[in-house]
Amino acid sequence: MSRQGKRKTKKGIGIAFCTCVYLFLFLPILVIVVNSFNATTSKPYLTWKGFTFDWYVRLFDNGALLSSFGNTIIIAVVSTLLATMIGTLGAFGMYKYKFKGKGVIDGLLYIPVVIPEIVLGISLLSLFTNVNIPRGMLTLILAHVTFSVPFVIFNVRARLSGYDNSIEEASMDLGANRVITFFEITLPVLAPGIAGGALLAFTLSIDDVIISYFVNGQTKTYPLKVMESIKSGVAPDVNALSTLILLGTIVLVVLTQSDFLKKKKA
Amino acid sequence: MKKHQWRANTLPSLVTVGPVTLWLLFFVAVPLIYVGVMSFCSLDQYYNVTFQFTLDNYKRLFDVNYIKIYGQSVLIAFLTTIICILVAYPFSFLIARTKSKKKMILYMLVIIPFWTNSLIRIYGWKTFLGTTGWLNTALQFLHITSEPLELLFHRGTTVLGMVYCLFPFMVLPLYTAIEKLDGSLLEASADLGAKGFSTFFEVILPLTASGIFSGSIMVFIPALGYFFVADILGGGNSDVIGNLIERQFQSGNNWPLGAALSIILILITLLLVKIYQKLGGDMESLGV
Amino acid sequence: MARPIVEINGVNKIYGSNHVVKDLNLVVEEGEFLTLLGSSGCGKTTTLRMIAGFEEPTSGSIKVEGEAIEEKEPFERNVNTVFQSYALFPHKTIYDNIAYGLKMKKVPKDEIKKRVHEMMELVQLEGFEKRYPSQLSGGQKQRVAIARALINRPRVLLLDEPLGALDLKLRKQMQLELKRLQKKLNITFIYVTHDQEEALTMSDRIAIMNAGVLDQVAAPTEIYEHPATKFVATFIGETNIFDGSIRSINGESLSIQIENGDVKATGSEFAAGEFINVSVRPEKMKYALDPVEGFTLIATVKDYVYVGSVVKCIAVLPNGNELKIERLAGQPLPQLGEQIFPYWNEKDVVVIHNRDQIFYQAVDNVVLG
Repeated sequence: MSRQGKRKTKKGIGIAFCTCVYLFLFLPILVIVVNSFNATTSKPYLTWKGFTFDWYVRLFDNGALLSSFGNTIIIAVVSTLLATMIGTLGAFGMYKYKFKGKGVIDGLLYIPVVIPEIVLGISLLSLFTNVNIPRGMLTLILAHVTFSVPFVIFNVRARLSGYDNSIEEASMDLGANRVITFFEITLPVLAPGIAGGALLAFTLSIDDVIISYFVNGQTKTYPLKVMESIKSGVAPDVNALSTLILLGTIVLVVLTQSDFLKKKKA
Repeated sequence: MKKHQWRANTLPSLVTVGPVTLWLLFFVAVPLIYVGVMSFCSLDQYYNVTFQFTLDNYKRLFDVNYIKIYGQSVLIAFLTTIICILVAYPFSFLIARTKSKKKMILYMLVIIPFWTNSLIRIYGWKTFLGTTGWLNTALQFLHITSEPLELLFHRGTTVLGMVYCLFPFMVLPLYTAIEKLDGSLLEASADLGAKGFSTFFEVILPLTASGIFSGSIMVFIPALGYFFVADILGGGNSDVIGNLIERQFQSGNNWPLGAALSIILILITLLLVKIYQKLGGDMESLGV
Repeated sequence: MARPIVEINGVNKIYGSNHVVKDLNLVVEEGEFLTLLGSSGCGKTTTLRMIAGFEEPTSGSIKVEGEAIEEKEPFERNVNTVFQSYALFPHKTIYDNIAYGLKMKKVPKDEIKKRVHEMMELVQLEGFEKRYPSQLSGGQKQRVAIARALINRPRVLLLDEPLGALDLKLRKQMQLELKRLQKKLNITFIYVTHDQEEALTMSDRIAIMNAGVLDQVAAPTEIYEHPATKFVATFIGETNIFDGSIRSINGESLSIQIENGDVKATGSEFAAGEFINVSVRPEKMKYALDPVEGFTLIATVKDYVYVGSVVKCIAVLPNGNELKIERLAGQPLPQLGEQIFPYWNEKDVVVIHNRDQIFYQAVDNVVLG
């Protein structure tokens, strides 16, 4: 075979391989999307009974499902805000100041990242039960902040590694005290790292099943609602909501990405 | 002098690092210590945890049925990790080495599926593979098989589900490691007379090994705990350690035993992380 | 007589076991351009940072305009700094960078605008208001950093190797500009550099630091012609240094023994037997083909180096030390390989007290070794 021919075959194999991987990744999504249009009304909602948009309408009558989605959003927003605030301050302080026990904090940070989620879930459950914090929205938020904080810190830290300390000194030199310097200089410069961390925290929060499963009490999040419905077969309206969420996130990403690209050009 | 030290270092470090320290102490350190304590506790007649020291929970860990599940769980995690490496490595290599514009899109395409709830996607696999699922329907329609195939509820499907859930955690570090590879190194290696295979084993693999290590940590450890995958796709036939723990904390209601089982997971995690660090792994690259 | 504006009294700075600044006493006068000169790690930047308030002295006091400032935070001090890395705020426009100090002082918007524009004109940056630091060249960034620091009208401007990152040509140009600015605004400049040429060109006075100790503070010509220590003599300009001791004194005329023989020089305040250094600038070094009275040095010409308009002749002494003789191109110099008898006019050289007594240590080592 000629050199070019060989290269073409290689490229062809590569493309075929990648396509297979993407198919593997998107297959279940396809199932979800297709099933959201399934006209069947009998459990376990598996047989195809024809095409309908009904579920996208009926979805809005399913109060329990909608409220679970609402809970998920509330928990994700609140826990992301908290985790981002605590994490950003922490990452900054650990980078900037000298104090004893830094190694201990570092070690604690890695625990939620590497330990299986179920261990964190049951240990938080045990704690909440032992100190009598009623399980619900509050415990969910506390738990979500706990597993997101390290990710925020790592992201901010990555940004800090290229950070020039002297800009803060310059700010103080020009008459800004530490607090003003933090808000005028430090925070805006670290913003991309903070935003990255926040996005990751948000993503982890809305998708979390295992930890929420242990600390939820009676407050159902959307993933927990899905878990509940799996026993009896996932209803098409759940599929419909998933499809909508997916669509929403894609639109959001396309919008922010294109905006980002535009800014880069300017 | 003291005042300056307080304003320049002590106070700001307290304000910045204080909250996260307290948080980690209260919601990570204390709960884990409590689980450790609980694993030595007994149950009273109402199934409440009482602080009476016992080693019973640890003795029960050596139950043959449990040991079988540990073995099965490690096997599933191991297979999942191997498959993830074998598929994700060439895949990451191909997308990381694509020309710039398409690269970002190809990368995003790996992430996008994960914005859909993982449970519902696992359920999607169940729908696809079930006896009345898409695959069987198609096979029968095409007269390839006459009877529906039992594709669900064994170890293989659990591994498939695990691979599916954890695949991006292998791709991300590999992609980062491969993207960092300096193209001129490959050229230098070829220039020095190395054939494709030797370039791979002599240059590429050693330089991207860190990605394989961190990917393996991020796949293997969660695979021991992902009980819902084993639940949905394994149907109780391929439980992992996570299932054992989950049962003790929910239906079984034997928290001390569940705590002792968790200690196994904690020990495995510590061991693997130690090995990872010995191999020169950077903890930070596990987080992003 | 000028007023003192910065007074540093007995300042020490110790990091762990590292004594960075040792018992520093220095008075900076109002309106002067003072350069802290020294090699890297000599404590000059630390000194500057203590004046700015980023570091605090381990002991001693620093006064600005007669007021002790150790307890003051950087943002409470009426001094401003130009940083080596420029330290421009990457997320703010050039306008906002320069306006920052005024904004912090809550100056009315109109006045900020007026003063920023004045400043931009002063540093020749008109039209760059809306750009970001990343869109500027090194020289432009430097001007922004200077404008930003000057807009607060500080009593003292601290500059930490501000030209270090610029290429040679631009550096020369900026040196002149800075000097011009300083004279025009009549602000005290304390300038840190390791570049002796820069220091000689710009400064009213130079303070030379060596390993945390202030060796000499004086005007550039004084420093060059009358170095107070061996370090100053070698650090500023090129020189031939001889370690030796005073053999005998006759009025101002000193007969000196060095390792390679006997030489002569003039100086007062020396005692017979004292350890000294003799510094001979290459352009003051003479040679003869026959012995000269009072000098017993012999050297062999080894090499020539052409540096544009001057020629350097390198000759080797019996102990292997090299001797530099410098002449304008075209002036006579000895042949390569020729044996010469170096000497000098007694009044052309400087005799320095040898604080370290290096000569006899060296000789002892040879004997013992």
